[in-house]
Amino acid sequence: MLETLIEALQQALDLIWSGDPEIVSVTLRSLYVSGLATLLSCIWGLPAAVLLGLSSFPGRRLVKGFFNALLGVPTVALGLILYLLLSKSGPLGIFRLLYTPLAISIGQSILITPIIVSFVSSALESTDVELRDLARTLGASRLQTNLAVMQEALWGVTLAVVASFNRAIAELGVAMMLGGNIRYVTRLLTTAIALESARGEIAFSIALAIILMVVVFSISILLNFLRRG
Amino acid sequence: MADYLRTEDVDKMYGEIKALDSVTLDVEKGRVVTLLGSNGSGKTTLLRILAGLEEPRRGNILLEHRKVSPEGLRQISTMVFQKTVMFNTSVYGNVAFGLKARGLRNEEVDKRVSQALASVGLAAFQRRKAKKLSGGEQQRVALARAFVLEPEILLLDEPTANLDPANATIIEDSIRKIRQTEECTIVLATHNLHQAKRLSDEIVHIHMGKILEAANPEDFFMHPSNQITRRFINGELQF
Repeated sequence: MLETLIEALQQALDLIWSGDPEIVSVTLRSLYVSGLATLLSCIWGLPAAVLLGLSSFPGRRLVKGFFNALLGVPTVALGLILYLLLSKSGPLGIFRLLYTPLAISIGQSILITPIIVSFVSSALESTDVELRDLARTLGASRLQTNLAVMQEALWGVTLAVVASFNRAIAELGVAMMLGGNIRYVTRLLTTAIALESARGEIAFSIALAIILMVVVFSISILLNFLRRG
Repeated sequence: MADYLRTEDVDKMYGEIKALDSVTLDVEKGRVVTLLGSNGSGKTTLLRILAGLEEPRRGNILLEHRKVSPEGLRQISTMVFQKTVMFNTSVYGNVAFGLKARGLRNEEVDKRVSQALASVGLAAFQRRKAKKLSGGEQQRVALARAFVLEPEILLLDEPTANLDPANATIIEDSIRKIRQTEECTIVLATHNLHQAKRLSDEIVHIHMGKILEAANPEDFFMHPSNQITRRFINGELQF
């Protein structure tokens, strides 16, 4: 058994080293789809996080609790809801998004929005209250004060964005249900791993898993390196 | 010059706690007025109201006999906090923050930051990370960051409370220098009797949110009229 595993690992490394076109295609598509998902979630998630983290309004705690609760939403359930919405007979079927990379990006972005909102708003809340007073007493406008606080929470914001990307790229349920795992169209690292391992293509699965982990770890390591710098 | 800044019957509540109780205080322009009192006496609350960071529940703040809003106060005053807070940037970035917020040109910002840092003995520290400085150095940066804006009113909340004697002396010297060179009214909160004596034109004793005594340093220490103030000066006040 161990010998088989070692042999599969060797084959997996050979596949990576040889630049197998399918592996390259799946990797680049995964990066693109999850990168777009992260960008989309930042576009609507960051303003929501700033509002929750730096303002006070009636029902703020309720909204924050709602986003915190969404952190644990099952991806398959979310995938199913979006599948029903995007399917031909669904209310958004007219856009013909189902089984496209864009559908997966939208699904992943919805999945990771609670991570952006909850983590970024908490990072903003945890900055010194005195920092806001300081900015105001130095003559900063409300916008300048918020920017100063955001700059202070930059590390927390960056961590939230990276955690969101990692969550998106490692996600399977939404990608499978909305993408359909179509070869050269919507096949991603996770869906390909699921398929190839079910087919008994262990070496191929291991190669994809190694790439997935390298992507996730290298971003985190790079981030740590930049922080120290 | 009288009645430049006046708090009129100012009350402030934090929940059930009355932090300020009908506080009426007159501050003359260009003077150093010290709010002297124990911890929790209401000094910081009064400073925060004068800084435009808090609104009184009742009463007014008057500037040259005209009612002034918190926004108006924020335009003419700057506060140095007891707990030193630094922006996560260089010393230069910290001192330049308020100047940039006011939209000053870069050359003007550079010039004024250099002058301000030189006056607190930190001319060579411009590029250093502010958060990496010692407590005393950070407090000097905080002072430079406040007076670089040339505020009409400078509010100092226990500026030497957490400092060693050497740094406290530097801060006190800087305050004297500001007073000599700038047309600035300074309101200083402290519980340090000696510091109040050294720096003030007028000393105001606040106790449990009320002003008990206001006089020049000599009269304040030699002939206090209030019984509680007398006990405070003699170190006999237990609460």
